[in-house]
Amino acid sequence: MLTIGPLGFTAPFLLLALIALPILWFLLRAVPPAPIRRRFPGVALLLGLSDDETQSDKTPWWLLLLRILAVAAVIVGLAGPVLNPRSEAAGSGPLLVLADGTWADARDWARRLDRIEVAVTEAGRAGRPVAVVVATDLPEGSLPFQAADAWLPRLGALSPNPWQPDDTLAGWAAAQDGDFDTIWLSDGIDRAGRDDVLAALEARGSVSVLESGRSVFGLRPARFEDGLIRMTALRAQPGTEALVTVTARGLDPAGIERELARIQTEFLPSETEIEIDLTLPPELRNRITRFELSGIRSAAAVSLTDDALRRREIALIAGRDDREGLELLSPLHYLEKALVPNADLIDGSLLDILQANPDVIVFADVARVTDEETAALTEWLEGGGLLLRFAGPRLASSDISRDLEDPLMPVRLRIGGRSVGGAMSWGAPKALRAFAEGSPFFGLPVPEDVTVSAQVLAQPDPDLADRAIASLADGTPLVTRKPVGSGQIVLFHVTANAEWSSLPLSGLFVSMLERLAVSSRTAQPDAAELEGTVWEASEVLDAFGALGDAERLRGLPGERLAEGVPAADMPPGLYAGADRRLALNVIGAEDTLAPAVWPERVSLSGMDVREETRFKGAFLTAALLILIADLIASLWLSGKLRPRGRAMAGLVAAALAFGAAPETWAQTEDEFALAATSEVALAYIVTGNERVDEVTRAGLEGLSRVLYQRTSIEPSEPIAVNLEMDEISFFPFLYWAVTPDQPIPSDLAYAKLNRYLRTGGMILFDTRDADTARFGSSSPNGRMLRQLARPLDVPPLEPIPDDHVLTRTFYLIQDFPGRHVSPDVWVEAAPPDAEQVDGMPFRNLNDGVTPVVIGGNDWAAAWAVDRRGAPVYPVGRGFAGDRQREIAYRFGVNLIMHVLTGNYKSDQVHVPALLDRLGQ
Amino acid sequence: MRDAPSLRADADALAAPLPPLMADAEHLASTMLLGDHGRRRSGMGEEFWQYRPAMPNDEARLIDWRRSARSDTHFIREKEWQAAQTILIWVDGAQSMEFASKGRQTKADRARTLAMAVAILLLRGGERVGLTGADVPPRRGEVQLLRLAAGLLSIGGGSTDYGAPEITGMLSKSRALFISDFMGPLEPLEAALTAAADRGVRGALLQILDPEEEAFPYDGRTVFESMGGRLQHETLQAGALRDRYLQRLAERKDRLAELARITGWQVDCHHTGESAQAALMWLFGALEKVR
Repeated sequence: MLTIGPLGFTAPFLLLALIALPILWFLLRAVPPAPIRRRFPGVALLLGLSDDETQSDKTPWWLLLLRILAVAAVIVGLAGPVLNPRSEAAGSGPLLVLADGTWADARDWARRLDRIEVAVTEAGRAGRPVAVVVATDLPEGSLPFQAADAWLPRLGALSPNPWQPDDTLAGWAAAQDGDFDTIWLSDGIDRAGRDDVLAALEARGSVSVLESGRSVFGLRPARFEDGLIRMTALRAQPGTEALVTVTARGLDPAGIERELARIQTEFLPSETEIEIDLTLPPELRNRITRFELSGIRSAAAVSLTDDALRRREIALIAGRDDREGLELLSPLHYLEKALVPNADLIDGSLLDILQANPDVIVFADVARVTDEETAALTEWLEGGGLLLRFAGPRLASSDISRDLEDPLMPVRLRIGGRSVGGAMSWGAPKALRAFAEGSPFFGLPVPEDVTVSAQVLAQPDPDLADRAIASLADGTPLVTRKPVGSGQIVLFHVTANAEWSSLPLSGLFVSMLERLAVSSRTAQPDAAELEGTVWEASEVLDAFGALGDAERLRGLPGERLAEGVPAADMPPGLYAGADRRLALNVIGAEDTLAPAVWPERVSLSGMDVREETRFKGAFLTAALLILIADLIASLWLSGKLRPRGRAMAGLVAAALAFGAAPETWAQTEDEFALAATSEVALAYIVTGNERVDEVTRAGLEGLSRVLYQRTSIEPSEPIAVNLEMDEISFFPFLYWAVTPDQPIPSDLAYAKLNRYLRTGGMILFDTRDADTARFGSSSPNGRMLRQLARPLDVPPLEPIPDDHVLTRTFYLIQDFPGRHVSPDVWVEAAPPDAEQVDGMPFRNLNDGVTPVVIGGNDWAAAWAVDRRGAPVYPVGRGFAGDRQREIAYRFGVNLIMHVLTGNYKSDQVHVPALLDRLGQ
Repeated sequence: MRDAPSLRADADALAAPLPPLMADAEHLASTMLLGDHGRRRSGMGEEFWQYRPAMPNDEARLIDWRRSARSDTHFIREKEWQAAQTILIWVDGAQSMEFASKGRQTKADRARTLAMAVAILLLRGGERVGLTGADVPPRRGEVQLLRLAAGLLSIGGGSTDYGAPEITGMLSKSRALFISDFMGPLEPLEAALTAAADRGVRGALLQILDPEEEAFPYDGRTVFESMGGRLQHETLQAGALRDRYLQRLAERKDRLAELARITGWQVDCHHTGESAQAALMWLFGALEKVR
């Protein structure tokens, strides 16, 4: 092999053929392209003219160069050029390829695999046995030395792990016997025990270390301080500026994971740590499932959040808030004080609050809730809500849950409650009994000074013992609990303020709320707290920072979890305990990152692999391309390419023109909205039949003029609406002329239409065939109308009754003619219970506007005017026709009035009665 | 090649919109044949010119009694003096006229049509029209149209590359029209024009060119041949010759204009890509002009 710089040739002798190129130069100066013979009378004028360039009597030099280049490319290509030809690796004997395989490797694992493959291939060329070992997943027993060919297919299965090599690595390395060389692909992170491993490996043979220069980033767990979410981003190597983006990810209301927040910050050259503060509204904050450094695929760049970040939403509702100013007596005062530090409080009416789906609803002395609220609360409870109730004078005096257990009370109550230790009673105020095992409060110390002087008493039902979770020294239940679905109801038998007991004044109250998961703990549980608990991994991270299921992992004792360092049996992830979830992250709250330091004697090199690239194919392809270019050039030279060239130019120009076209849509949409909303505009639906559309437009223009002249409605120009593309919610009124050949709107358009009809829009369907057909499917237009209206949300219809509000919204009319005079005009039917009251001219009819008016009188044609305001189409005959047109206009005015004012005229029928009453 | 009736039909269609062409009959004495040309003075003719009071030496039969009855004096009805002009048309029939670029008429076709149209107009105007080079002596009347058409058709397909105008049979003080591409040597034309001018003949030169001759849209290696193949010119870069060719063409046109100016003729260049109407309008103007 001949090598020139980075380029080598497998068959260098072929390059000798390049000497022949100058000969080709002469050979290829071939005869010029054959001339074209042209008959041309003007030749007499040409006689005696000589060509300017003598050169072009031969092949042009550039064509010649092209041909020579092609030949040269063929010669060089056949000589087999190779870029970066690999020289044989030095060394002999077995080779160990040791990869750290930690989360820090994950970011460029593909490159590391490439490098391992190169090392294995080289060893295979040299005939050396190879073992490939990932330090985080050590093989059992001795090193698995095998031929390189056996390793190559298995390399792809190697993967990094989201933990670090443990202490056993040094011992494992020392335990190996036999001599071998080592290539160590380090992850570049400093960790204890590395020197021991290095020493053990060097005892067996030479060690060369490969490290990529890329910096390793990490993210410490987020904590919640002073209303801010605070995080620390780490990196191993200072020295350069680096931009990092932290994104908070979580579920959106639809349950799809997406980015909730994003913050960008920069490492100064000297920094290895930066603090990041994030403010988020509680709704978003509670949904966060993890933070990550975006763009970095590593488990260290992901920080899972557990319950520590979560702030519970609590709604406080008091039964009595009429005594302003008595804050210390307020039933909610102590609750608010206890909850504000670590929960978000919501105000509002009960039904509004339920919409927000809070975690806890607190009823302080609330006796009655309505049936509707009860149903909503029950649904919420079954979905996992916690209803916390406190007793009080109202609850005690009400008859709630007396005979039958109220669905929102855990127990039945006895009438009146009791009061102990007061001025008028025997005995001293009662103290609390220590909490029994099985109670959620078990283990909380009971202070001596907490006394109860009044309470409501539970009826001694069979299940009272199970439901009581705290009781007084004399055994009367103080706190009772009942599960409802996956939620629960808890009743404190005392008030939430200090009226009945001193409990709310004590620290125990806060602890009890905490135990009830009313307020969340923000502190990470310590080892003592975790002792004896068992945790189960619910989701685990892989080294690349992706969450996966944790099916195969066994339950983990709390002590182990308290160590907080991920290992093979404890991968980072989310661990679920009895009542909360804990996140175990790759980077702990105290961890730092530092670059690995290697002793001088170790040969350290980068990860870059210079690929051996064979250029044979490329050169031959280039030769082929050059020959094609030569062909085209030759054709062009001989003038045979001209017209086609022009056609191509035309095509290109046409393509460019096409590309520029579709840009106008977005801005026209805005213009459309502006035109439709800046003034009232009547609109019609485009049927696709130009003539019909023009009639409709002219008709609406005529109606608009009449409205402008006679009423306070001053519409602008009518607007054509395309159901598929335009927004129709801008228009109070749509005119829909039915033609037998118009396209059926798409489902999306129908959804739009139904929304339009439900929210108060009106559509006037005009089949325009009342002269030949009655209402129904007897005509093509009628059949089309049925087809069009089938998916629509049309209420039951009836012919316009005599007392319909349409007959009197502006004019008093009884007929609704257009060009045709048919009585068949249908509107929404009156409710069946509408009855005529004695003395009233009209029934008290439905409230809203009829969403559809259906008829076939071709009103638009009767209304239609041209630009000068003259009628376009004849209506009727003579004066009778004029009268008919006038009534048609009046119907139009009434219709638009009805659309815009609703049942206003219906209400006016009560005016005599109102005046009558006012007179009294 | 077209037959006589179709040629005449084409020419009729072309000639229809124009009023009868009134050729200038400047020198009445030399031809002295009555035509439909008003001389703007009283004389022999058919059209009414004016009434004038009768003089004592007027013959009594000349008195217009109808007019005289309306007044006391006698009037004589005078008629406009009318005279016919002789026009000779020469159409180049050489092979160079057979050239046509793609999708166009040959120059010869266009030349014949124009010549025929002019002849129709002139004959309707009462002139005497003939062809030189085809032996159709100038005569009047509708029948002459058929002779002219036959003569024009016999001209085509000449044996030479470039044609030279013939002036045999040209009466002095008559008018002439030469239609050609004037691509050949200019000496014969010069001689003819000079000879014509010597005889007091005035006229018009219409140069008919194909748009390709005007644009020279050729490129690459080309051998240009004259239509008969007698002349050849080979070039390797036809495109490079364009400017010099156009320059020579312009020089030629200048030369034609110069010749015309000297001899008192008029000259115009017509392209087969354009409407023939425009050329006919020009011919109408050129032959009508009274000087």
